[in-house]
Amino acid sequence: MDKLEYTALNQTVHRCVLPNGLSIYVDVRPEYGKQFAFFATRYGGMDLRFRGEDGEWLDTPAGVAHFLEHKTFDTEDGSALQRMAANGTDPNAFTSSAITGYYFDGVRGFEENLRMLLSFVSVPWFTPASVDKEQGIIGQEIRMCEDDPNDEAYYRLLEAMYVNHPVRNRVAGTVESISRITADTLYQCHQAFYRPGNMVLCAAGNIDPHRVVDIAREVLPAEHSTATAADHGQPEPKWVGEKLTRKTMPVSIPLFTLGFKGSPAAKGEGLRQRLVAELVCDVLFSTSAPLYNRLYEQGLLNSSFGSFYSSGPDCAFIVAEGESRNPEQVRREVLAEASRLGREGIAPELWERLKKAAYGTMVRHLNSMEDTCIELAEAHFNGEDYLSFPQIFQSIELADGETLLREWCVEERTALSVIDPED
Amino acid sequence: MQQHWKRLADGVELAATRTDKFKTGVLSVTLTIPLNTQDATPGALIPEVLGRGSGRYPDMERLSAAADALYGASLGPVVRQRGESQCVSFLCSFIDDRYALDGSAVLEPAAELVGEVLLNPARQDGIFRRDYVKSEGGNLADRIRARVNDKRGWAVFRLIQEMCAGEAYAVDKLGNEEWARAMTAEELWAAYRSLLSGAKVTFYYGGAAQPERVEDAVRHTFGPLLTGRTAPVDCQVIAEPKGPVRTVTDAMDVTQGKLALGFRTGGVTLGSGGYPALLVCNALYGGSANSKLFLNVREKMSLCYYASSALDKIKGLMVVSSGVEFSQFDRAQEAILAQLDAVNQGNFTRDELTAAIRTVANTLRSRLDSQGQLEDDQLTRLLFHSDLEGEELIQAVESVSAEQVAAAAQGLKLDTVYRLTGKEG
Repeated sequence: MDKLEYTALNQTVHRCVLPNGLSIYVDVRPEYGKQFAFFATRYGGMDLRFRGEDGEWLDTPAGVAHFLEHKTFDTEDGSALQRMAANGTDPNAFTSSAITGYYFDGVRGFEENLRMLLSFVSVPWFTPASVDKEQGIIGQEIRMCEDDPNDEAYYRLLEAMYVNHPVRNRVAGTVESISRITADTLYQCHQAFYRPGNMVLCAAGNIDPHRVVDIAREVLPAEHSTATAADHGQPEPKWVGEKLTRKTMPVSIPLFTLGFKGSPAAKGEGLRQRLVAELVCDVLFSTSAPLYNRLYEQGLLNSSFGSFYSSGPDCAFIVAEGESRNPEQVRREVLAEASRLGREGIAPELWERLKKAAYGTMVRHLNSMEDTCIELAEAHFNGEDYLSFPQIFQSIELADGETLLREWCVEERTALSVIDPED
Repeated sequence: MQQHWKRLADGVELAATRTDKFKTGVLSVTLTIPLNTQDATPGALIPEVLGRGSGRYPDMERLSAAADALYGASLGPVVRQRGESQCVSFLCSFIDDRYALDGSAVLEPAAELVGEVLLNPARQDGIFRRDYVKSEGGNLADRIRARVNDKRGWAVFRLIQEMCAGEAYAVDKLGNEEWARAMTAEELWAAYRSLLSGAKVTFYYGGAAQPERVEDAVRHTFGPLLTGRTAPVDCQVIAEPKGPVRTVTDAMDVTQGKLALGFRTGGVTLGSGGYPALLVCNALYGGSANSKLFLNVREKMSLCYYASSALDKIKGLMVVSSGVEFSQFDRAQEAILAQLDAVNQGNFTRDELTAAIRTVANTLRSRLDSQGQLEDDQLTRLLFHSDLEGEELIQAVESVSAEQVAAAAQGLKLDTVYRLTGKEG
């Protein structure tokens, strides 16, 4: 087991790869009373086409990763959820476009809970009857999301921006797509993606890293496996598919998401690109930058406004979202500001200040074991080390931000999704 | 983790938790005044107006920039109710000096930023800027009006208004909607001056810095607050209901009914010997996913969409909150009360007791891992002088017996029932 010391962050992480291919990270925090474990697979809403056991390409319905997440809690002896609750912990899970993760926290019984977590995630148990029942439950969940104007605006934006890439599919799928999921589909997907070589285990708290490794060896299959390759479709054009998409729903004032289609990061550059892109978000959209305050005073934006960077295999983009009486005017103002900054340059004082703030915010988030474990896992799947962020910050130059701004924040790479009020 | 405490003047205290556990420091200053209809609205509005800008950083853009320069410090107003007090705070969270890239100190400038915002507001004609008062008054009024959007919270809010009518406890800590909208800069300025000179002042710091350094930073920055004041913090605890159980029903355009039940705890509060047993009793009865209300009333009998209980440890109350079909109000209420009877007759298993104790101990231990929750707990402790805290309280909880839990349940007396029902039928 390697012991990695991050002196600048005063953080120690133990890391190893088991013979079966599983990577393990343990963030030891002797002063904490709580323990946390996160067990994740590199498998999310965008991984619909992959090579099966027999080497043949397999196409699966949209929403299958999320469906599988729900059914993974089923075991031959009943629901893992209830058994772990009786033990005083409350396990949970999420599915994103790129990963599915299972986790729990608690102040006692860590080893027993860890065994249960590793066991229910790695041992599949699906029956036609339980798959049928889940179709009803998830169908309700999908309909609820379709009634949510924020979700609707976001997915319509992705559909407008992306022509081929499966990130344009809703993570939960549609009522139609999930109706095609069977117990066999779930077994095939579980076999392909829930193998140790495609997974990572991150734990944090006052725990002995060697015990984590011992338990993982005992519970998980011993045979070696590797990461599974998914196919994310035809190469994606640089420009957006559609520049504007509108829909009417019951909202009080128009709601919008504005997207900038970026270029996927080069291998090993994912974290660096994220930090640069988040700084560009701050330059354009933060409360301490001029544009937001100007649009706020003009009454074009209100306090419900924010932005973020998102990325996955073969895709990367920036999103700004909010409410406005005139979303198209907001887009014009944002593009004008981006073009001005591209021409005249970003003010160096603003850039340095935002860099300082972004670095401090990331340090503050390390207080959370949950956030830290999830970040370690996501960076691991990109072949990167999350805790190297202080060094990356030091190497980021103003020119990096200006280049990204000039290349991404242009009209041809911008799409606007608006939800208009009914009347 | 070491706790420090110091009185800086009459009614002015500094508490500090020294620990290397976190990568950040938290500094808060809290002005505590008795909750009453006269002061609640300005009390809730003052920190919002202060947050719009100061003398040195006159608007949000410049104020945000100042926080960015401190490695993205977060600075925010918080208004809390503690028993029958309104606590008006500014809370600042910032990275510890060890992580500053240029090796500079962060604590002192962060304290200065809090001081600047609290003590040097942006002014017009010597008082608050009228445009800030007007727009923040409107925002506060919108927040008060939006309370009703959350029907679950609304039912509990209405229960408390009815049950504690005439007690300061029932006053809304956000104040009154009409007054928030109509507040003038003159009125708010007068309230601000009297808040600074009359409120009880509590400084809290949690983080790696030595207490002497924290005290120096506080003394250097908050001079105007370090004057003696007589600011008693009281809370009237009513041990038993004053009369027979009262039922109040409201009708609204809702599809699901809400049923809320308010109990007095027999005078048990955080300072009482019976407090650890009351915590366990609440967890066993309705305060956890393994509780009687959850497993029986919700899961087994399917009488409620949700049903849980919660304590106010300062006022000595327990509230059961549930969502029910309109046709099931009576049956649900009966079942909820029957579960409490079961607890006070000792009808629970050793496993139920163990699970309840674990839940309470889990919650208390987890709070020690969060800097925000530590701040919150220390504020309560300083205002209400509970003797037991941290590990001592956890140990007391772990030794609670079945008899003590039954006794705590026997002390719970139903005072008021609130029903929120639909407009038709």
